[in-house]
Amino acid sequence: MTDRRSFLHMAIVGAAGILVAGCDRISQTVWGPKVLGKAEGLNRRVQALLSPSSSMAKEYTEADISAVFHPNGTTMPTTPAYQALMANHFRDYKLQVDGLVSRPAMLSIEDLKGLDVHTQITRHDCVEGWSAIGKWQGTLLSAVLDHVGVDPRARFVMFHCFDDMEEDTPYYESIDIAEARHPQTLLAFALNGKPLPVPNGAPLRLRIGRQLGYKQAKYLARIELVDSFEDIGDGQGGYWEDQGYEWYAGI
Amino acid sequence: MSTEGLDADVSPPIPMAVTESRKVIYRHPLPIRIMHWINVIALTLMLFSGLQIFNAHPSLYWGNRSDEGTEILALDARKDAAGNLVGVTHIGKHEFTTTGVLGVSSGKDGNPQVRGFPSWLTVPGPQWLAMGRRWHFFFAWVFVLNGLCYVGYAVATRHLQRDLWPTGADWRGIGRSIVDHLRFKHPHGEEALRYNILQRLAYLTVIFVFGVGIVLMGLAMSPRMDAVLSPMVEAVGGRQSARTIHFIIAWGFVVFVLIHLFEVLISGVFNQLRGMITGYFAINTTPINTSTPSEDTPSEDVPSESAPTEERPHD
Repeated sequence: MTDRRSFLHMAIVGAAGILVAGCDRISQTVWGPKVLGKAEGLNRRVQALLSPSSSMAKEYTEADISAVFHPNGTTMPTTPAYQALMANHFRDYKLQVDGLVSRPAMLSIEDLKGLDVHTQITRHDCVEGWSAIGKWQGTLLSAVLDHVGVDPRARFVMFHCFDDMEEDTPYYESIDIAEARHPQTLLAFALNGKPLPVPNGAPLRLRIGRQLGYKQAKYLARIELVDSFEDIGDGQGGYWEDQGYEWYAGI
Repeated sequence: MSTEGLDADVSPPIPMAVTESRKVIYRHPLPIRIMHWINVIALTLMLFSGLQIFNAHPSLYWGNRSDEGTEILALDARKDAAGNLVGVTHIGKHEFTTTGVLGVSSGKDGNPQVRGFPSWLTVPGPQWLAMGRRWHFFFAWVFVLNGLCYVGYAVATRHLQRDLWPTGADWRGIGRSIVDHLRFKHPHGEEALRYNILQRLAYLTVIFVFGVGIVLMGLAMSPRMDAVLSPMVEAVGGRQSARTIHFIIAWGFVVFVLIHLFEVLISGVFNQLRGMITGYFAINTTPINTSTPSEDTPSEDVPSESAPTEERPHD
């Protein structure tokens, strides 16, 4: 009986192993991931159809806020530029906004507070599967775009960050203009009523209501308006995108 | 070749020369067969890539948040006194050591590795979330489109209404059907062509509860879709509840498939397989033994060893 059982066990593990090995080989090819990646465009289009660009992420109540907002990825940037800013409690921090804009600007947190500031309690969904709820306060990205004047050729907003993921490979992200103009897209400087803590992206991070966490770049250094991100990083529009994650992170 | 041994059939005796005759019936039309096998591939790859995605955060929660300490299920790892990795599965407050399978299992190099499900159950094998997502979302579309085609076809050809929707007589025979299943008793005559009540309920549940449910719970994990689906998401408890339900239904599919395979195995595996590959399925049309016409249930010796069949495995 045990012989038969161990044979059955081996047969199942063996069959599964062959399947996994086959899929691994396909995953290593150039065409495999490309074909599988076709789903991303379909997801983006169908989701935009079912959940239009004006649809709003659910806003929660104070009672729903996570006691601990789990910080993920970089929790302490080690670059000298960031370390210097942190040593001075970010008093000298200025967000650089440039690219395809009429009036490039350097904006302090105080400058940002002078624009259209919103507070929202929204859920943060990580690509890994976990969720946390936080109260974010920040300036509408849309207001910042209006402040600098966006060139009609601009199609994407790039976010360049202080934290290095590998040597000389800073974190970066990008979203399209429609997502940037969404009323829940904030440049957040406060979490749960306090200045944004360092592990969560101090002094300024991006908050998007309807995409996964890796889109929501922390430690923002510079915002750049571009018509294409082909020449930035490995050309996929973000650090994780360059590692094979989808640019469209709505699912 | 006969598909069965002695089977005292329920049909009345036929007043002709009684000889065993085997009829081959075109049972499963081509579209059904194609959709069935596409579904096999899609479900298998979705399960394996789903477990890869699950491994990125191998814990389940209820509600909207993933607060530490509130895990319903967690596949964890710790080190024992000797410094060896130990796989630990938490279900609620209970803890089980599952080294080798859950929590800790050997990687490609043979060394113990911290990972939820073992590499022989995930696509891709190594920890590779981005690639797991590609497999999962690609075959999610295959699964959904194939499922829509199936339901459309089943309604248009009345397969759904005729073969799957239970009739009043089906419902009245449910007790008998349960007993027959528990005794592994299967009809071999014309009756074998008809889905019994448990089959009907199983297929309807899998299609409309599991199939629809797992897709909706998958969409409930999409932050973009949640902007329009939040009433549904909140109705099931929140995004983490949806993730938990998605996981449970996935295993529901596994349980269904195991039962399905078991039934195929014991009801004539070659005949059943041929039916789903070529469409042709053999039945016995004439009873061999007509001496018990009034008997309501087939005799006891149907699955006995004395009636060796081509279809049943010999052990």
